[in-house]
Amino acid sequence: MAITVVVIAVTRNLFSVIVLSGVYSFLMATVLVALDAVDVAMTEAAVGAGVSTVLLLGALHLCKSQEAKPTHKPWLPLVVSVSTGALLVYGALELPDFGDPEAPIHKNVVPRYLENEVEVPNVVTAVLASFRGYDTLGETTVVFTAGVGVIALLRRRKKNPEKKRDET
Amino acid sequence: MKDDLVLRVVGRLMIPAILLFALYVQFHGDFGPGGGFQAGVIIAAGIIFYALIYGVTATRQLVPDWVIETMVASGVLIYAGVGLAGLLLGGHYLDYSVLSHDPVHGQHRGIFWVEVGVATTVCGVMLKIFYMFTSRGNSEG
Repeated sequence: MAITVVVIAVTRNLFSVIVLSGVYSFLMATVLVALDAVDVAMTEAAVGAGVSTVLLLGALHLCKSQEAKPTHKPWLPLVVSVSTGALLVYGALELPDFGDPEAPIHKNVVPRYLENEVEVPNVVTAVLASFRGYDTLGETTVVFTAGVGVIALLRRRKKNPEKKRDET
Repeated sequence: MKDDLVLRVVGRLMIPAILLFALYVQFHGDFGPGGGFQAGVIIAAGIIFYALIYGVTATRQLVPDWVIETMVASGVLIYAGVGLAGLLLGGHYLDYSVLSHDPVHGQHRGIFWVEVGVATTVCGVMLKIFYMFTSRGNSEG
């Protein structure tokens, strides 16, 4: 995965960048399966590697296939991202170990989720749809809004040339 | 890519399997991994695969725009409707326990319809975005 990221950052050909980000998504999905998060892995494989790769290729069809040469030196963004990363790693050092049953996150609501009073065998589905139904309703609305936004933006562009033609 | 025999045959074999797997993920989401979001994305991916092989025009005839736009809106409405149904039957908003005589059955029923709503919206939005991008490419290039 680290190799893929470095190659993505270095490569200037956008087509290979898109294919490599699909590869990265598949590797990420594998990592998620290894972490026992099968639901997230499935989403990552389908959205990250499948749909978004196709959408990016469609976007690539509309623009040049070579990335433009950067107009300024990369030092300031590099310093910002490295320091942010260092800060996050420093913060993560204090987190409890992975899979530690004594971690605070497992002490509050998780026991009630795992008691599973709705008797749905997949706890992820139970939490998503029942215990946190409002959150999921909000997420669905966000997806809906995104779709409506895309429709509104791209439709207007298509109609504009016709209007101009009518005016002239 | 319409004339590529290998792609056509593989596509014909794969697409029903993809759609069937999506339905399995949708309806088996209570018991195994999966759920509405994943199922919606997998259905959309299957249809996009069809569009890559047979062309967007053929896909637009198969799944017209108005179907997709209806899907985008109706998914959210199904979800919100489940909430309202709970309200009408005397519970809280999005309280599934009142949807059936047995609270556990009610929960199952509520989760089922909610997942259907999520899948419909997600699938519709993915396909709509895909159509929008590809049609822009055709009209300008």
